Amino acid sequence: MTKFLLGHYGYWFVFLLMTLGFYGMVVKKNLVKKLIGMNIFQVAIIMFYLSSAGKWKATIPIVDPAIGTAGTARYIDPLQHCLMLTAIVVGVATSGVAYALLITIYKRFGTLHEDELIERMKNDLDME
Amino acid sequence: MKAVNYAVLALFGAVLILAGLSLPDRGDPTAPLNRDKSAAGTPNAPSYYIRNPERDAATPNMVTVILADYRGFDTMGEETVILTAGLNCFLILRRERTKEKRR
Amino acid sequence: MMRRDDDAIISLVSRTVSPFIMIFALYVIFHGHYSPGGGFQGGTMLAAALILVRLAAGSDLAQLQFPRSWGTPLGSAGVLIYWGTGFVSMLCGGNFLNYAFLPVSGPPPHHRNLGILFIEVGVGLAVMGILTAIYDDLLEGRPHD
Repeated sequence: MTKFLLGHYGYWFVFLLMTLGFYGMVVKKNLVKKLIGMNIFQVAIIMFYLSSAGKWKATIPIVDPAIGTAGTARYIDPLQHCLMLTAIVVGVATSGVAYALLITIYKRFGTLHEDELIERMKNDLDME
Repeated sequence: MKAVNYAVLALFGAVLILAGLSLPDRGDPTAPLNRDKSAAGTPNAPSYYIRNPERDAATPNMVTVILADYRGFDTMGEETVILTAGLNCFLILRRERTKEKRR
Repeated sequence: MMRRDDDAIISLVSRTVSPFIMIFALYVIFHGHYSPGGGFQGGTMLAAALILVRLAAGSDLAQLQFPRSWGTPLGSAGVLIYWGTGFVSMLCGGNFLNYAFLPVSGPPPHHRNLGILFIEVGVGLAVMGILTAIYDDLLEGRPHD
């Protein structure tokens, strides 16, 4: 039981963070808050990936001449670090695009609240 | 409507907890991901990535070698995505700027 | 326009710290073969140094350091360096992005070492240019009221 708790407590925090991000995406009505929830979700996934790369009593994935490369148990997995490294920067760039779209929406309709936005879009359609 | 949202949220949390119960311990060196051979008997990718970078590219940092050499196409795609995102940002907001100038 | 109180401490510290962040970012890019680091991290730090001055001194004053129109061309140049490395190795007889065919002397592992360096420089330039360009674009697109 103690081994289970020690081995899994990191997962519960990551899942809590994931559920928090999902709460922001599903329940909140403001589009900026939805976007913040999406970013929290993204960070939680990145942390989950990185937590799967760890090994006890292992060192960073840079070849240490004192250890050598014969035993793979002494280095943590480099693959997850490589994938998430690109994912972080791509996440920043894509959230920049999302904010640009939100700025455009706010200029056009004057609100970012979901229900009001749908209401005003319907009004615009009726006027045309 | 609100109740549906919260129900979806609770379902999501329940699925996560159910999946987390059967995950291997964090940092366990004998977990399937960290073994030398996969379940099908073929060599695992991470052990290849740990053993060979210094021989292949004379570079001790494994992450750099994977990023730029073994998975160079992947990184090329990611960089193109970043460029596309920047151009998108530029194009979306530039159109607004010219419209304001015309008024 | 947004009102901004000119604080001497903030302005002085950001102006002093920004070049040092850039030097460390260049170290992170060019020493990425032997220590934690690489193009993405170094490019993000370069962008952070530029955005720090933009935040502290105002976007108009920061044009003296890094003009607004440079961001997108620098990003494109970084991507072109990446693709160009791939095409050079293709023209010299290998596959796309196979650095062993780069026209330099030495055994193939050193070719790959050099190819990785080109790639990292390209990635660093692209990330720096694009992140700064996104910041500038978002600032220009803010609602005027």
